[in-house]
Amino acid sequence: MNKTALCGILLCLAGSACADTGGRLLATGGVTNIEGSAGGGIVPWAVLSGYGTRDEWGGDAFATRVDTGDYRLDAFGASLAFNNRVELSVARQRLDMDALTKAAGLPHKSLNQDVFGVKLRLFGDLVYDRLPQVVVGAQYKRQTNFLIPSLVGAQRDSDTDFYLAGSRLFLGAVGGYNLLVNGTLRYSRANETGLLGFGGDRRDSRSLLKEGSVALLLNPRWVVGVEYREKPDNLSFAGESDWQDVFVGYFPSKRLALAAAWADLGEIATLEGQRGLFLSMQLSY
Amino acid sequence: MYRELRATACAALVLIGMAGCASQPPESDSLYQALGEQAGINRVVEALLYRIADDVRIAHHFADTDIARLQEKLQEQFCVEAGGPCEYTGDSMADVHAGFDLTEADFNALVEDLIAAMEAERLPVTVQNRLLQRLAPMRADIIYR
Ligand code: HEM
Repeated sequence: MNKTALCGILLCLAGSACADTGGRLLATGGVTNIEGSAGGGIVPWAVLSGYGTRDEWGGDAFATRVDTGDYRLDAFGASLAFNNRVELSVARQRLDMDALTKAAGLPHKSLNQDVFGVKLRLFGDLVYDRLPQVVVGAQYKRQTNFLIPSLVGAQRDSDTDFYLAGSRLFLGAVGGYNLLVNGTLRYSRANETGLLGFGGDRRDSRSLLKEGSVALLLNPRWVVGVEYREKPDNLSFAGESDWQDVFVGYFPSKRLALAAAWADLGEIATLEGQRGLFLSMQLSY
Repeated sequence: MYRELRATACAALVLIGMAGCASQPPESDSLYQALGEQAGINRVVEALLYRIADDVRIAHHFADTDIARLQEKLQEQFCVEAGGPCEYTGDSMADVHAGFDLTEADFNALVEDLIAAMEAERLPVTVQNRLLQRLAPMRADIIYR
């Protein structure tokens, strides 16, 4: 690739040197959650990926890394959203667990899964109109190396999560700053989002799980917030903790978004106190 | 159990709180003051009109518009919405925008131009947001008509 082209692409990502993507306002596509759905980092929101309005299409590609020292999660994927109505997404996750593999003499060094998501906007608008934006979504997940999950009691290697989410941006709500509030109800039996399979020896039916995020927009480009994700606890060999994080999002243009978070993931597969940095990058089209 | 209840109550509050409220006249003129009274509002409107004229996404909609009238009506309207001592003498939002078939993207383009205009006037983000909050409920009367 020659220098001018590269320079052009960089300019394009960093600013408004190229035609903007879609007609929605900056940051209203959120970032991409680890399962590939538009949202926060760990919670899907009721927003659709990219910046397409009801007359346009758009989407995102993303890559995320969460590193707690004992574990490292890498996720990447892409999505397409049509007419701000339907979002289709695909993501691949890989959890490296060198520490545990060595300590417990496990047969694999990582756990992997693929996630295929669909999200449908039912009604409402994130910013305008009387009703908040509300979506239903499904994430079909396929754990791709099931030996370890099956040994610790997981019942199946693929399953579908269902969720209902509502999001609203309140203009000038907190001392003049815009506030984004999101609530998500998930119906799932995924162990550690599915990386440890689905259902367990302790409980094999889906649970209703509450997830939420609150974010403050310091200006159109900078966002700070917190997220919370309740998790099921289906396997008896170890506890599964709820997740939470505090995050900063940066939207230099409608092409690029960066997110950093401090995530507290609690106990994961017998290792407690899992905390670490979450970094994510997203390109929008 | 207590934690469950608290989380559920919280979720319910969030959902109720999310429903938008109809827009009432502002209780005070604090936004009017923050915008720099009429002189400040006039500067924002002027900067907005220049940006619209340069915005290839939407400029064509204004090809046949009497810009002097538009300027005057916007000055009045922003003043009223900010709680200032003005009267809006223009036509209803639904009437003036009818027939243009403005899209969601057109609307947001104008919002982006307005934000850029306020940014250029060095108005704080908190003041910008409060004006946008007053104008946002008008969208339903403006787009796809
Ligand atoms: C919050 C958003 C908006 C506000 C507050 C607003 C306000 C106004 C006002 C006060 C007038 C003058 C009314 C009169 O002459 O009596 C007007 C006219 C007009 N507006 Fe808007 N407007 C908005 C959005 C838009 C958008 C998005 C477009 C197009 C991209 C647009 C295009 C026009 C045009 C073309 C006219 C002149 C109509 C004519 O010449 O007959 N407006 N608007």
